[in-house]
Amino acid sequence: MAEKPKVAFYWCASCGGCEESVVDLAEGILDVVQAVDIVFWPVALDFKKKDVEAMADGSIAATLLNGAIRTSEQEEMAHLLRRKSQLMIAYGSCAHLGGIPSLSNQFDRERILKYIYEEAPSVVNQEGTRPQTQLIEDGRCVTLPEFRSHVRALDQVVDVDYYLPGCPPTPERLQDALQAILTGQLPEKGTVLSPDVALCEECPRKDSKPDQLKMADIKRPHWTEIDPETCFLAQGLLCMGPATRGGCDARCIEGNMPCTGCFGPTSGVKDQGAKMLAGLCSALDSQNEEEIEKILEGVPDPVGTLYRYGLAGSLMRGRIESDRPSQEKE
Amino acid sequence: MKTSSKAVKAKSSGKTRRVTIDPITRLEGHGKIDIFLDEAGEVERAYFQIPELRGFEVFSLGRPAEDMPQITSRICGVCPTAHHMASTKTLDDLYKVEPPRAARMIREVVYNAFMFEDHALHFYILGGPDLIVGPEAPAAARNVLGVIEKVGVEIGKRVISTRRRLRELIAYLGGKVIHPVLGLPGGVAKGMAPEDLPKWQEVARDAVDFAQFTLQAFRDLVLKNEEYVELITSDAYTHRTYYMGLVDENNVVNFYDGQLRVVDPNGKQYARFPVRDYLDYVAEHVEPWTYVKFCYLKPMGWNGFEDGEKSGVFSVAPLARLNAAEGMATPLAQEAYEEFYATLGGKPVHHTLANHWARVVEMIYAAERLKDLLDDPEITSQDLRAMPKALPDVGFGVVEAPRGTLFHHYETDTNGILKKVNLIVATQNNAARIAMSVEKAAKGLIHKGKVSDGLLNKVEMAFRAYDPCHACATHSLPGQMPLIGRIHAPTGEVVQEIRK
Repeated sequence: MAEKPKVAFYWCASCGGCEESVVDLAEGILDVVQAVDIVFWPVALDFKKKDVEAMADGSIAATLLNGAIRTSEQEEMAHLLRRKSQLMIAYGSCAHLGGIPSLSNQFDRERILKYIYEEAPSVVNQEGTRPQTQLIEDGRCVTLPEFRSHVRALDQVVDVDYYLPGCPPTPERLQDALQAILTGQLPEKGTVLSPDVALCEECPRKDSKPDQLKMADIKRPHWTEIDPETCFLAQGLLCMGPATRGGCDARCIEGNMPCTGCFGPTSGVKDQGAKMLAGLCSALDSQNEEEIEKILEGVPDPVGTLYRYGLAGSLMRGRIESDRPSQEKE
Repeated sequence: MKTSSKAVKAKSSGKTRRVTIDPITRLEGHGKIDIFLDEAGEVERAYFQIPELRGFEVFSLGRPAEDMPQITSRICGVCPTAHHMASTKTLDDLYKVEPPRAARMIREVVYNAFMFEDHALHFYILGGPDLIVGPEAPAAARNVLGVIEKVGVEIGKRVISTRRRLRELIAYLGGKVIHPVLGLPGGVAKGMAPEDLPKWQEVARDAVDFAQFTLQAFRDLVLKNEEYVELITSDAYTHRTYYMGLVDENNVVNFYDGQLRVVDPNGKQYARFPVRDYLDYVAEHVEPWTYVKFCYLKPMGWNGFEDGEKSGVFSVAPLARLNAAEGMATPLAQEAYEEFYATLGGKPVHHTLANHWARVVEMIYAAERLKDLLDDPEITSQDLRAMPKALPDVGFGVVEAPRGTLFHHYETDTNGILKKVNLIVATQNNAARIAMSVEKAAKGLIHKGKVSDGLLNKVEMAFRAYDPCHACATHSLPGQMPLIGRIHAPTGEVVQEIRK
């Protein structure tokens, strides 16, 4: 009897949402387990790291790895699974582009440490205890992985064959990808497995999207009545749709909130945030600098808005140290 | 399904032998358990270590508070709705705005649907397999597929389809089920169309049925099995601690809102307070061997990983919520609550594994509450937003996440940009008791150096009953740490500490 192809799911600096998206195949998961042998999936199955180490190199047909890379342990697991797998698929925004956790690339690691373990209002820690990578207590040695200074996307650590975008990817796109893997009908290596067009194409509000967008005002949603039928940009609400790859069935739009960009850019766009920024600037309905400043007050956090899911995967990757005195926000 | 290797490697390091479980499985999050055996093969010490962190409280700084419901939901994709809702309520407080009744109802519909399906996830997929398939069943069978084999494909499909339909309800109101988008200060982005209501009312009725079915399955598969009952009530899995949960004005369990109530190990009320006073009651303790911080009752002080009235250790989540309340708000859940305590000998119940049962009681409440909300005609009202009028400053929000009490606390400038964020996240409140449970179970189960895959799974069961979420518990982020060495006297105190 022919052996079923082996598949592994693993998570790095992850929230578990990508795991849930696999479980959201719902009844479809029964077909998946008929077709493949899941050999490693810590959220659901009891296989351990030693079981993966014992496998022959290349014996796993595909590993779908989600979560960004933050610790030495996550690097190790990414390398281990890369060795054991024929295909390595970066699953979800964090593996694809760094995800929301990569917003921490804007901050200094020591600043973060100090707040979490000393300054937070609920912490009581007079001794200034910090978690250790190595602790020797009465002859017992316990270790924790080392935390790197930056968050990285998966392809900044190992060679990646394909990407499934989204925070998280949808069950439909996952289904398509699994089909492609099982039938050997995968596109060229490096492809992002979702349609290569902007979200606007599939958006239910596209008819009200103006050909020439002119924004005299950018509104923040919590102070604004939101019309459930009209294009968000036409209403003056910032929507990342034009700079974001489609394939998600515009779920956030169906929830009457604008797109925040989780599927990342279309191919040929190197930096999603810069692309959106360019589009936004050309849409501003003013030539007057003061007026432009006023309009842009509607985007008080450009990095968080334009690079919410992709700071690690952007051109800058995070905060750049400079010679000039820092103008850090408090 | 291939079989896992049975051999357990024990690394010898001088006099102590080490057994490592890596990674822990069938929970949300990362972790490992390091068990050290002495020369006689008895457990000297077991460390439950969480190796993950990301830094939400700091990397949210400088961002608009209104982005927090969608940013903080990324702390956890298994319970994103808990963070989303706690955050949305924090925005209500920040902007001093009260949502219209229909908006609050929409939020509660989403919230109870979520509590139900997440509890079902744990019962059938995460922790439940230990009791349904067996604690020492082969590793390859201890999972949802083993459960389906045991209960049959038809029931398996019913589990899957019930969860699917409830998640479709969440997606209908929230855009996405994983990382929903509905929360706004003073309201929600989307409502319930009248033509869609009947379909969801049917889903709610089915949920009530299914919760009852799950309770019966628990009775049949677990309570009728003497070996399991002995395990549940054994001392190895019992801890006498304080318990915390949200209650409404009648002191019954409420997931969405209320006051925090804490009872002592004898069940007597210790404290009852609104979320804005949380800093008077909850403090966080740091240990060098894990990234998670341990919550304890601040007025008691940190007295170590100890049981009892004098220890500040407390517990949250289903068992704790039932212990901290005086009943359930809906009739079928109340019946199940009474059966629970009658069977286990009165309040409070201290058996950690009883969390699995308490979780099912909560499923019944969530389903009944959902049904009541959808049967209320105001659910289709389109009056869904109250606009913030006050300038933002400080906001506090609390919900009961499936895995425990969840606190969000934001401070902003007058433009609503975050200056300070503090989050105390569900499983953190259980972190001390979880560490104690793992060590106690290891000490109780491992003797004369004998370990096996099944025995190690029983050690894992000690944390799994809490349904921990470590992405939640460790939303923070450290960096490179120096080496520290500690030498203890036989009496336990630190004699010498060397820091590099």
